[in-house]
Parts: sequence; C-alpha cells; structure tokens
Amino acid sequence: MRVNSIVGALAAVLIGATAAAAQEPLKIGMITTLSGPGGYLGQDIRDAFNLAVKMQGGKLGGVPVSVIVEDDSLKPGQGKQIADRMLKNEHIKLLTGIVFSNVAGAVVPDVLDAGGIYVSPNAGPSTFAGKDCNKNYYVISWQNDSLHETAGQSANELGYKSAFILAPNYQAGKDALAGFKRMFKGKIVGEIYTRLDQTDFSAELAQIRAAKPDMVFQFQPGGLGIAFLRQYQQANLTSEIPMVVAEPSLDGVTLKAVGDAALGLNVTAHWNTDFDNPANKEFMAAWTKEYNRPATYYASQGYDTALAIGAALKGTGGKVDDTDAFRTAMLKADFKSVRGDFKFGPNQHPVQDWYALKVEKGSDGALHLNTKRKIMSAYGDSFAHECKL
Amino acid sequence: MLVLEQILNGIQFGIALFLMSAGLTLIFGIMGVINLTHGSLYMVGAYAAALVAAKTGSALLALLAGLAGAAVAGIVIELVVIRRLYARDHLDQVLATFALILIINQSATMLFGRQPLFVQMPPALARSVTLLPGLVYPLYRLVVIAVGLLVALGLALLINHTRIGMLVRAGATSREMVRALGVDIRLLYTLIFGLGALLAGLAGAMAGPILAVQVGMGEQILILAFVVVVIGGVGSIRGAFYGALLAGLIDTLLRAFLPGLLRQVMAGSNADALGAGLSSMGVYLLMAIVLLVRPKGLFVKQS
Repeated sequence: MRVNSIVGALAAVLIGATAAAAQEPLKIGMITTLSGPGGYLGQDIRDAFNLAVKMQGGKLGGVPVSVIVEDDSLKPGQGKQIADRMLKNEHIKLLTGIVFSNVAGAVVPDVLDAGGIYVSPNAGPSTFAGKDCNKNYYVISWQNDSLHETAGQSANELGYKSAFILAPNYQAGKDALAGFKRMFKGKIVGEIYTRLDQTDFSAELAQIRAAKPDMVFQFQPGGLGIAFLRQYQQANLTSEIPMVVAEPSLDGVTLKAVGDAALGLNVTAHWNTDFDNPANKEFMAAWTKEYNRPATYYASQGYDTALAIGAALKGTGGKVDDTDAFRTAMLKADFKSVRGDFKFGPNQHPVQDWYALKVEKGSDGALHLNTKRKIMSAYGDSFAHECKL
Repeated sequence: MLVLEQILNGIQFGIALFLMSAGLTLIFGIMGVINLTHGSLYMVGAYAAALVAAKTGSALLALLAGLAGAAVAGIVIELVVIRRLYARDHLDQVLATFALILIINQSATMLFGRQPLFVQMPPALARSVTLLPGLVYPLYRLVVIAVGLLVALGLALLINHTRIGMLVRAGATSREMVRALGVDIRLLYTLIFGLGALLAGLAGAMAGPILAVQVGMGEQILILAFVVVVIGGVGSIRGAFYGALLAGLIDTLLRAFLPGLLRQVMAGSNADALGAGLSSMGVYLLMAIVLLVRPKGLFVKQS
C-alpha cells in the first residue's frame, strides 16, 4: 500500500513535469513581503499581478506565464536566499515583486549579476537610479525620492513655511526625507529617523509638539502609518498641525484602519482609485469583483507591472534570454497604465504626472481620498541625469 | 515639560513591556520553558478585543474578551503542547513554540486577512488632559499607566501574600523540592501559564486603540520582553517590573534626546543617523552591561 502510494505520487509528479514541459509557461519569480505588518503591501502587489494574468487568460502579452511567489518577510537575507534559489535552481530569468527598499538593495544586484531581469513594482531606491543604473533593471512605480519631492511641492503650494519631518531609518526613509527637502522651500525645524519596527511614536510626537512647525511631513508605510496617524490624533495634534504626506503614508487600507484620524490629510500620489481613464475603470471593476476590498496604490503598481511585462513579452514573442531585445520591447512601454500617461526616463524609471489628493468626508459619511488637482506633469526624478546607459 | 512628557512616554512603554515580561518571567523561571508563543497570546488578546469592540462597541466587553481570549488560548496551548515540553531541553521548546507562532500567525491571516483592524478608542478616554501648564497628555495613555501599576500591585500581593504566591516563589527557587513536597505541580503550571497569558492579553487589548492590530504584532514586542526578563532576572516579578520601566525609559529617552545632544558636537545628518542607531541599540546595550555586572539579572540573588 505504502509502496503503491509512493509510486503513484512519483507518477503524478512525472506526469506533471511532462505536462509542464509540453506547455512551457514562462516562469516569473515574485519575491515580496507577505508576512508581518508589511504583509498587506505585498499581498496587494501579488493579487493585482495575478489579476492581470487572470484577465488575460493565464497569459501576459499572449505568452503563458506561471507566477512563483515567495515571502521575504521583510528580511533582506531571506530575499537573497530566495533569489538565489529562483535564479540557480529554477532557472528563472525574470523577477519582480519586492516591496521594501532594503530588501531590494540586497536582492537586485544578485539578480542583475546573474544576468537576470528585474522589474520593480514598488521600491525605487536612489542607489539604483543614478550612476549605478542598469540596463536590466526597470521601475514601474516611481523613484523613491520623487515620491516625496511631490509632497515637498505640495507643501510649497499650500504655503507652509516650516516643517517637521520624520521617516524610518532605512534606505527608503532616507530617500524620503532627502526628496522632501530637495523640493520644500521652507525651513526644516526638526528631522527624526525612527526605527523600521517602531510601533509607538509618543516620543516623536512630544518633540513635534514642542517644535511647533507649520506642518508635519512623515513617511511611515503600512502598519507604521496606521499607528502614527492614530497616535497623532490621540495627542490632539490633528487639529493643531496639518500633515502633508506622499501616498505610502496613506493608502486605502490605512484610511480604513485609522478612521477620522486621517480627515483633512494632504496626500500626493501618481494614482488614485477615482482616476477617470478606461484602463483604471477596467482595473477597479475587476479588482472589486475579484477581491472586494480597498485597492491600494500597491495594487495599481502590481497590475501595471504585469501589463508592462506583458507588453515586453509580446514584443519579444515570450523570450527573455535576449535581454537586449527584451529591453527594446520594454522601453516602448506599450501598455495602458491605470495611472494615465506613462513612459520610461533615461534611467528606466517612470516619467509621469503627480496629483494632490485630500481625505474628505463623503455624503455617505465615510472617508474618501479624493483627487484634487495635478501638481506636476511628466515628472521624472533627480537621478536620471547621472545615469549613462 | 518636554522631559516630563518623555518620561511619561517611557513609563507607558515600560508598563506595556512589564505586562508582557511578567508572564514570560514566571513561565521561564518557574516552569523552565522558553515560551515564544507569548507574543502570539498578546496578538490573540488584541484581536479578540478588536473584534468584540467592533461588534458591540463596548470597551469594557472588549477588554474582557481580550483577557478571556488570551487566557483560554494560553491554557489550551499549555494543555496541548507545552505540557509535553517540560522534560525536554530548551531547543525542543524553542522549536515547538516557534512552530506555534507560525501556525497562529497563519491562522490569523486566514481568518482575518493581512489588513490591520481598526479599533475605536473608548469615547470617554479619547482626549488629552492638561497635567501641568504646558504638559498635555493623552488620557488613554494615563489610564494604561494606571492599569499597569494596579496590575503590578496586584501581582505583588499575589506573589508575597497568598498560598499560590508562596508556591510560585518556592517553584522559582527550587522546582524539584516543590514537586517532592507533593504539590500538584501540573495544576500550578497550568494556572501560571494562564495567568501569564491573561497579562499578555491585557497588554494586547490595551494596545489595540494605540497601535495597529495586525498579524505579527506580537513578535515586535516579544524580543524586548525577553530582554526585560534577562535584565530583571529570570523568575522575578519585581525584576520584570523595574527592568521593564528601565528599558522603557532608556529606549524612549535615548530616542527623544540623543540625536539632539549629538547634534551639538557633529553635523546634523550624521548626528541623526548615529543617534537613531545608538538609541535603537540602547536597550540591548543595557542588557549587555547588566549581564556583565550581574549575570543573573538585577533582582535575583547572585550566587
């Protein structure tokens, strides 16, 4: 009996293997953060990516694909191990998925050194955007700094003269503060780096209160942002000191979890659920039907990444071995992004429009993140000129 | 005023740590079990309170649910898993309880999703009070401090003036002797484990309105709670109390003031980076120093 079942299992595996060989779907490796407080970020990227594959009937750009998802647990070392396994054991050439810049910092060089291609659906650290840019490294989301440069621009337009700024102490946090300061014309009255695993911000809030700035700029992605906003409200600061943030500090999930603490918040973003273009309407309808939960901008990026990869695969007929051909096809960016206009800059990071959003109470009494106005058009990033490709 | 406010913040953080480490130190000191699931019990308490608060809108019911949820989960875990581990070495205990963390986290993900839950602050406590001119502090955090101090007092009475407390103290000193005297050690163990779980649940339920209630929230505080146990001395509730307050104060005050102090002697960005780095090491440095000076912890008789 036991022997029989082992033989049976072996046979099943072998049949599975031959079936797979006959069909040969292109394997795409997705390393993303699925556990811990950052878990919903990776979950949205994964689900939206899979949604795009499903909507195209298991294919991207007419090429059958299979997406292999692994959880990096927000640990750079774990991400490296997974990448190693995907590249060497499973011979995957095309990777994507990383949420956090510290994981990207460890994984991306390994992928590129091994001759692979990496397409980023989220993290866009400054370290890979300037002179260390790479032909096989594409970013679909944004460059970290530009995300927060737009917040600086928004703060200027709102007329704030002094700002207190804080972010977690890791690559994306440093990019965030550098980006905001590059654009903000007022005075920085306080600057704090918090821990990436910090949950209580009472010490920082006390400093903000003492510094009496015109406004606060903060970058606290995922669960960090939820804790920060709620504690900000509990400390009675919401009514006293307004806040200007970029989209990672307030996504659809954060908004639902913080409730009234987010009311009146100024947000800058490259995408929002209410964007009025056909691609976005199609995406939002499909997302709501499939998952029935708030779509975050992480989801929009996961979806766009799948579309961009699809466009490139269509151009090469599904081949990823010739990275130059893949690059030619990829850089055309021949897909309809849910954010509207999209093209690649010289460092293969996006050139796109940015918008000011505000959290307002709708007629139904619930809070909505509404798009107010465009603040930057066809904006690239501050590192593109250093990149020589 | 800023200093006073930061001290209050430190105490409040210390109280949360104390509620966690009190249970850990009892379980570790008396039962000899390294219990990594303690963070999960904290999460269970937070989730139970969050769910009941969302259903009923009552903060009191939510608190009770958090306590009951964590205590029941703790007792079930003790009866089903931990009970088999007393005679095994620490490696087996770590493996088994680590597996439990993975199982509980994954179950919570499957049941409630990865999106953090929203917990309404009780309306009566959702405001700040002026303690002194210029010192405004959130009422809820003051209540957390008060509850923590009451629990500490209650535990002190329980440990020092009751029969169970006597057994606990005896157990912490010499487990074998208590067993030899014919005490029903199994019942005592289950009670202690339940008590520890109850305290973790209390910490979790109270953290709900302040922090984000989400999968993995327990592991963030668990490591610091272990540090507190080491600083205070294994098995000592008094040690856990002072150790937790010390760790909470050091962590908060370093975070608040070190970058500012360093900025007086070096460039701003370097000071910020170094300050952030040093302050996140602060508690661990404290642990290292305590281990050097008093290897068994601050509040345990050194032999």
